[in-house]
Amino acid sequence: MNQHSGTTAVPRPAVEVDEESAPFFDAAARGILMVQRCDDCRAWLAPVARLCTECLSESVSWTAASGRGSVHTFGIMHQIYHPGFESEIPYNIAVVELEEGPRLQTNIVGCANSDITVGMKVSVTFDKISDTVSIPKFAPA
Amino acid sequence: MSRDWMGDSLTLAARAVKLALEDAGLKKDDLDGLLVNAGVSGAGPRRDGNLSLNLQTTLGLRDLKLANHMNGAGSTAGQMVQYAALAIQAGICNVVACVFADAPLTPGQSAGAAYGSRGPARGIAALGTHYGFFGANASYALAARRHMALFGTTHDQLGAIAISNRKWAQMNPRALRRAPLTLEDYHRSRWICEPLHLLDCTLVNNGGVAVIVASPERAAGLKQPPVYVQGMGQGHPGNPRRAGYENEVNTGAAIAKAAAFKMAGVTNDDVDICELYDCYTYTTLVTLEDYGFCKKGEGGPFVADGRLEPGGPLPTNTGGGQLSGYYMWGMTPLSEAVIQTRGQAGERQVKKHDLVLVSTQGGVLDYHATLLLSPHKSL
Ligand SMILES: [Zn+2]
Repeated sequence: MNQHSGTTAVPRPAVEVDEESAPFFDAAARGILMVQRCDDCRAWLAPVARLCTECLSESVSWTAASGRGSVHTFGIMHQIYHPGFESEIPYNIAVVELEEGPRLQTNIVGCANSDITVGMKVSVTFDKISDTVSIPKFAPA
Repeated sequence: MSRDWMGDSLTLAARAVKLALEDAGLKKDDLDGLLVNAGVSGAGPRRDGNLSLNLQTTLGLRDLKLANHMNGAGSTAGQMVQYAALAIQAGICNVVACVFADAPLTPGQSAGAAYGSRGPARGIAALGTHYGFFGANASYALAARRHMALFGTTHDQLGAIAISNRKWAQMNPRALRRAPLTLEDYHRSRWICEPLHLLDCTLVNNGGVAVIVASPERAAGLKQPPVYVQGMGQGHPGNPRRAGYENEVNTGAAIAKAAAFKMAGVTNDDVDICELYDCYTYTTLVTLEDYGFCKKGEGGPFVADGRLEPGGPLPTNTGGGQLSGYYMWGMTPLSEAVIQTRGQAGERQVKKHDLVLVSTQGGVLDYHATLLLSPHKSL
């Protein structure tokens, strides 16, 4: 099982960092997973939160998460919607619930698709797809 | 309804309104309200032939008292009827055409391309595309997986829904998939996104459907027997995307049902027919649970014994639904509900049709509208 983007003739869709997401990707390049957290009520929030969904504070900050979590749900894609996935099908898509609470879309790496289960413990790992962009993925913990 | 090109969505919508007026025995000048929903043709770049409020001009409608281009995703059809009924009750207008039309299948574009494509994204939003999350198929696969993991729901049970729909479709001349279907066929159909097989997913087609809403007084004496809206409600749970929430297995149908059943003064036992939004087999299963026909998590065993099929105790998606009939978003369940309520479904007519439950549902189990329809003015 190989989920690395560099192995296909056409790469997976590029990820362009914008001003809003720069703190997330700067941290990812250093091996740190960032999510957002409310400065007022301390609720953990999934990126990108514009307001705290609990207290409506606009004061939310990028905060390092543990990177540990579990698989909330997952699927195995067989359909090709983008040429970057032609040599990768079937590939997995997953939602990981971080220990802090936020759920993130991701891919599971480091195990066969057939070994992924709901509830499986995972931890973050980073896939460096360009000089400037690293993508968080999750591997069995 | 067809998988072939029959015209752009604006043309299909105009034809649908024309047919609905003829069916009701009304003239276009009788309309003083217009609610439109454009499907995916309303989401792309603006083109002349895409349905919008320009339908008013296309149909030559003058001096309307209500007009809106509505978007509650797949729940819109039920919502349009609700807003039309509320406006009529409030005295704002008298006769409202509610129309959905879409033309996603063009000679050069597949269903997957029409529904799975994503425009360019930047930042965090681009991550989903990079991970390979495409279209509704992926999202519903994730929801179905969660249900299967929590409750042990099986493919045989999801397959039973597909088979039930097909049995009904075989009696519906408008249905687009009518070939016999076995559980083996279901299991053999290719994976789209595991755990969803091709036959777990709706078909996609071009077409248009219109319904006309009027007061009981205005509807009396028209060409068709009136269909009374006895109850209505909406439920939009909101998905916080963090621990403690189970949006994949709990939909707004539960919230909408409470309001609609209270308004009608009925219980589940009073429902004769279910017409449910069934973009996926799983959507039918989870909606039945949220409507309270069985306990949460027991939808699998509930549907597995032919309960929803012709002759079964809870006739469901009696035109073949979206899976085997035709995909007109919420107009699929609503149109079949109108046909059954009037007693005009021919070979597939359910004998007892005093109360028909309609679900329209959109997003990824995010938006929901419920209607309770009856041929009787009072229950
Ligand atoms: Zn807060």
